[in-house]
Amino acid sequence: MSDTENIKKGLEAYDAGVTKALAKFSERKKEFSTGSKSPVKRLYTPLDDAGRDYAKDIGFPGAYPYTRGVQNTMYRGRFWTMRQYAGFSTAEESNKRYKFLLSQGTTGLSVAFDLPTQIGYDSDHALSQGEVGKVGVAIDSLADMEILFDGIPLDKVSTSMTINAPASVLLAMYIAVAEKQGVGPDKLEGTIQNDILKEYVARGTYIFPPEPSMRLITDIFAYCSKSVPNWNTISISGYHIREAGSTAAQEVAFTIADGIAYVDAAVKAGLDVDDFAPRLSFFFNAHNDLFEEVAKFRAARRVWATVMKERFGAKNPKSLSLRFHTQTAGSTLTAQQPDNNIVRVAIQTLAAVLGGTQSLHTNSKDEALALPTEASVRIALRTQQIVAYESGATETIDPLAGSYYVESMTDRIQKEAEAYIATIDGMGGAVKAIERGYVQQEIQDAAYTCQMDIESGEKIVVGVNKFQIEEGPPKGLLRVDPIVGEQQSAKLKKLRAGRDNGRVDSALAALKAGAKGDDNLMPLILEAVRAYATLGEICDVLRAEFGEYQQKVIL
Amino acid sequence: MERKIRVLVAKPGLDGHDRGAKVIARSLRDAGMEVIYTGLRQTPEQIVSASVQEDVDVIAMSILSGAHNHLFPRVMELLKDKGVDDVLVVGGGVIPDEDIPGLKAAGIAAVFTPGSATTDIIEFIKNNLKRRE
Amino acid sequence: MDDSAVSAERVRSGDIRATARLISMIEREEPSRLAVLKALHAYGGGAHVVGITGPPGAGKSTLTDKLVAELRGRGRRVAVLAVDPSSPFTGGAILGDRIRMQRHATDEGVYIRSLATRGHLGGLSRSASEAVRVLDAAGYDDVIIETVGVGQSEVDIVRIADTVVLVSVPGLGDDIQAIKAGVMEIGDVFCVNKADKDGAERVVREIRAMLETAVLNGAATRFSALYTARAALAPASTDPATIESARDSLRDSLRGGAMEQGAFHHIAAQAPGHPNLEIPPVVCTVAETGQGIVELVNEIKTHEAALAATGFLRSRREANLAWELGRGAAERVLSALERDERKETMSELARAVLDKRIDYYDALDTLEKALTRY
Repeated sequence: MSDTENIKKGLEAYDAGVTKALAKFSERKKEFSTGSKSPVKRLYTPLDDAGRDYAKDIGFPGAYPYTRGVQNTMYRGRFWTMRQYAGFSTAEESNKRYKFLLSQGTTGLSVAFDLPTQIGYDSDHALSQGEVGKVGVAIDSLADMEILFDGIPLDKVSTSMTINAPASVLLAMYIAVAEKQGVGPDKLEGTIQNDILKEYVARGTYIFPPEPSMRLITDIFAYCSKSVPNWNTISISGYHIREAGSTAAQEVAFTIADGIAYVDAAVKAGLDVDDFAPRLSFFFNAHNDLFEEVAKFRAARRVWATVMKERFGAKNPKSLSLRFHTQTAGSTLTAQQPDNNIVRVAIQTLAAVLGGTQSLHTNSKDEALALPTEASVRIALRTQQIVAYESGATETIDPLAGSYYVESMTDRIQKEAEAYIATIDGMGGAVKAIERGYVQQEIQDAAYTCQMDIESGEKIVVGVNKFQIEEGPPKGLLRVDPIVGEQQSAKLKKLRAGRDNGRVDSALAALKAGAKGDDNLMPLILEAVRAYATLGEICDVLRAEFGEYQQKVIL
Repeated sequence: MERKIRVLVAKPGLDGHDRGAKVIARSLRDAGMEVIYTGLRQTPEQIVSASVQEDVDVIAMSILSGAHNHLFPRVMELLKDKGVDDVLVVGGGVIPDEDIPGLKAAGIAAVFTPGSATTDIIEFIKNNLKRRE
Repeated sequence: MDDSAVSAERVRSGDIRATARLISMIEREEPSRLAVLKALHAYGGGAHVVGITGPPGAGKSTLTDKLVAELRGRGRRVAVLAVDPSSPFTGGAILGDRIRMQRHATDEGVYIRSLATRGHLGGLSRSASEAVRVLDAAGYDDVIIETVGVGQSEVDIVRIADTVVLVSVPGLGDDIQAIKAGVMEIGDVFCVNKADKDGAERVVREIRAMLETAVLNGAATRFSALYTARAALAPASTDPATIESARDSLRDSLRGGAMEQGAFHHIAAQAPGHPNLEIPPVVCTVAETGQGIVELVNEIKTHEAALAATGFLRSRREANLAWELGRGAAERVLSALERDERKETMSELARAVLDKRIDYYDALDTLEKALTRY
C-alpha cells in the first residue's frame, strides 16, 4: 500500500472515531474559522499537500518565489529592524523621544506626523485647530525638521516617515537637513510611505486627485533612483486596509493591486522596472490569528514575486522580493483591561517574526486610550527583544514551513488574493476600482460583519464581550499640551518675517510652472524647502494646479 | 406615519479613520433610522449648519485624533448660538475617561469609547431623543 | 423647537429651522402641516425647478454640487432636494448625496435637504412636490431635485420639474439600452458626465442619434412639446412638402456639424423656419473638474427662458398640477375606502359578487355612486 493510501485509511479511521465521539459530546462550535472568517478544518494532513511542488511553489529563502523569506540567512544574519513609530507635539519634544528610543536599542526611527502636516496644512490654518501636535509631530517648514533631527546623524540612522500626499515635501526637507549636516543624499537610508491609493480607501489623509498624486509618486521614484539610491521610495501599505476592517486575504490582494498600479504608472512614465522596483517596500498588519498571519506574509511574498516576474518581466531579484515592515494591529487593542494588550502584541510580534518581516513596530498597551507613554513604549520594544533573544523563533528560517495547516492556508490566501486581483484587473486596475468604490465596499462589508460578530458574541474579545471586570479610569496617560498649536503659529509668524521672501516667491512660482508642465517636481520642491517655504504654502501651490480629491463614500 | 429618527453622522477634524463612523451609520440604518452621512474633515460650522438644514434629531460624531476637547464643545457652542436645544448630540472615538465629564458638561449626551456595541448606541439614541411626538 | 412654532411667516423670512422642520412635517405627513402650506400658497411660483436624474454612478451629486456653485456665482439662491431610496427591509436609509455638497453647508444662500423615499410608490413622492412648493415660497430662485434613476423616480420627476436634465456616463454599457427604451423621452437637456473617460464620444453619438431619429420621425417627446408650443407662436407652413424639405435641411446641417461647438458642447440645432424641428442640446461635463458646468447651466437657463417665452412653462405646470390633483384625489378616495363604514360596504359588495347576485362591474358602479355622493 502506498503512503498516501495509508494516510487515507488512517484518516478514515480517525473520522469514524470523531463521529462516534461527537455523538456524545459536540465540539465547542458548529463551525470553526480563522480571524478573517475563513473555514478551518478539524485536522490538516499530508493529503492537503497534494499537488504542491516544493521546489516551484515554496522554494528556498532568498530565491524565487520567496515564500520562505527574502534573504538567505534571515534572522541568523541579523534581526529585523526594531522601529517604533513615534512623534507628537513639537519637533523639540519628538527629538527628545527619538533620542530616548535610540538609547533603548531601537535601530531605526519612525516619524509620526500630526494630521495638519499629513494633509499639507500649516499649523495656523483654520482646519488645523485642535489637531496640531496631536497624533504626531507638527512640521511646518525646514526649520522644524532641523530641530526634529538635531543631534541625530542622518548617515547613521535609517528613518521611516509616515507621510503620503505631501511625501515629496517631507523627503525634500529630510534631504535638506542632511545637507546641513554635511551628509549627501546618496548616504541617506529610510522610507517614505508615499502610498496614496490606500489613503483613498482606508486612511483618509489624501490631498490631490489620483492622477496628479500618481505623478508625484513617479517623480519621486525617478528622482530617488538617481539621487537617493538607498531610499525606499514607497511603502505600499496593507496595514491601514486591515485596520479599516479587511480580511487577511483582502489585505494582501488590495495592497498588491495598489503595488501593480504604482509599477504600471512608473513604467508608463518611461522608467525601467528594474531601476525602481528594488526600492519598493511594503507594510503589513500583524493581527491576532497567529497561523493565518504567518500564511498571509508567506502568500504575499509569493504573489508579488509572481506578479513582478510574469506581468512586468522584472529580472533583478530585488525587484521580485517583497520586503516589508510590520506593525501590530492597532484595532485589536482594547480600552478595557489595557494590560491584556501586551499579550496580544506579543502574539502579533511572533506572527510578524515567523512571517519573516524586515522591520517591526509593536504597539503600546495604552494606544486604544491615548498616545503611548515612555513606559508603555518600552514594554512594546521589550516584547520585540524578548521574541528576538529569548523565544528561539529566530534560530532557523521560516520554522512553520511544512506545517500542513500553514502551507494549506498560504495556498488559500494566495488563491483568494489572486482572484481579487483578477477582478480589479477586470475593472481596469486599482485606481479605477477605487474610483468605483469597489475596494471600499469590500472592506466595509468585512468591517461590518466583524462588528456584528463581536456584538452577537460569535467572536470573543477578552475583556470586551467576555471576562469583563469593573475598572477605574486608566491613569498616567500622555497628554499633548493644547498650547502646541499656538507655539507653532508663533514660530510660523517669526519664520515668515525672517526668511528671504523673494526667494520663497520665486521658488513657489517655479514650482507652479513645473506643476503645469511635466518636469520632475522633486528638484523644484527641494528648492522651495531650502528657501523655507512652508509645507502649507507648497501644498497650496499644488492644490491650485491639481485640485483636491473628493472622498468616494460607499456605505 | 411612523416617526423616523434622522441622524447626522459626521467626522469633525482631520483624521481619516472612518471605520467606526461607517459601521455606526450602517447599523443605525439597519435599525430603521435615516442617516445623513457627511464624510471626513467636517468643521463644526458645517456640522451644525447641515444638522439644521436636515432637521435631524441626533448628531453623532467620531474623532480618533485627540482633537475632541476642542471640536465637540465647539459644535455645542454653535448649536446654542443658533438656538438649537432639541438635538441629541453623542460622540465617540479614542477619548480618555478623564475627558468625558468635561464633554458631558459641554452638552455631549454620551461618549462611546472603543469597544462600545452598536446596539448600545442605538438603544441610547432611542431612549434619549429630545424630541418626542 | 416645536412643530407648532412653524409658521408661514418664519418660512418666508428665511428661517432655516422653520423651513427644515416644515419639510420634516411634510415627510411625516403631519396633518398640522396643512395650515402652514395653505398659508404659504399665496407665495412662490418664481423658482425654476430643475430635475437632475440618471443612473447610479453617473456622478449626479458632484454635478449638482457644481451646478450650485455656478448658480451661486450668478447671484441666485439655491435649494437642493437630494432623494435616496429607503431600505425596503428596515425602512432606514443612508443619505449620502450631501457629502459631495458639504462645502455649501455654511453658505446662507444654499439649502440642502436629503430625503428618503420612505417606500412611497413612485419614488419621488408627494412629499417632494410639497417640499418644492415650500422652498419656492421661501424665496429660493432655483430648486434642484436630484433623484437616483431607478424604478419609477425618473418618471415622477417630470411631474415636478420645469426642466429635466438627464445625465448619462460612459462605461455603464447596457444603460444606453435603458435610455433607448424610453427614458430618453423625459429629458429637456442632455448631459454626458465623466466626458473625459473612454467611450464618452460613443455615448454622445448614441444620444444624438436617438434624439435625431425622434425629431426627424416626429416622435412625441418631452422636449418636442416645447417646440410645438414655440411653433404655435410662429406658425410655420403646414404644407407637407415644405416640412419635408425643412427636415432635409436639418438633416444636412446636422451632417455638417451644426451642433458641434468644440467637442464638448453640442448646442441645439434648429431647422430654418421650423422651430418645432429642433434637436435638444447635449452637454458634455467632467463634474469632478468643473469642465462644461457653465455650458450646462447656460442650457438649463436657455430652456427656462424658452419655457417662459412660449408660455409653455404655464401649460407644463398646469398639466403637472392636474396630474397631481388626480393623484391626490385618488389617494383621498383610497383612504375614504379604508374607513370602517366603507370597509363594510366593500365586504357587502364582495359577498354579492361572490354569490353571483350582482356582477363585478355593477358592484364598481354602486361603489362609485356611493363615493361621489360625498
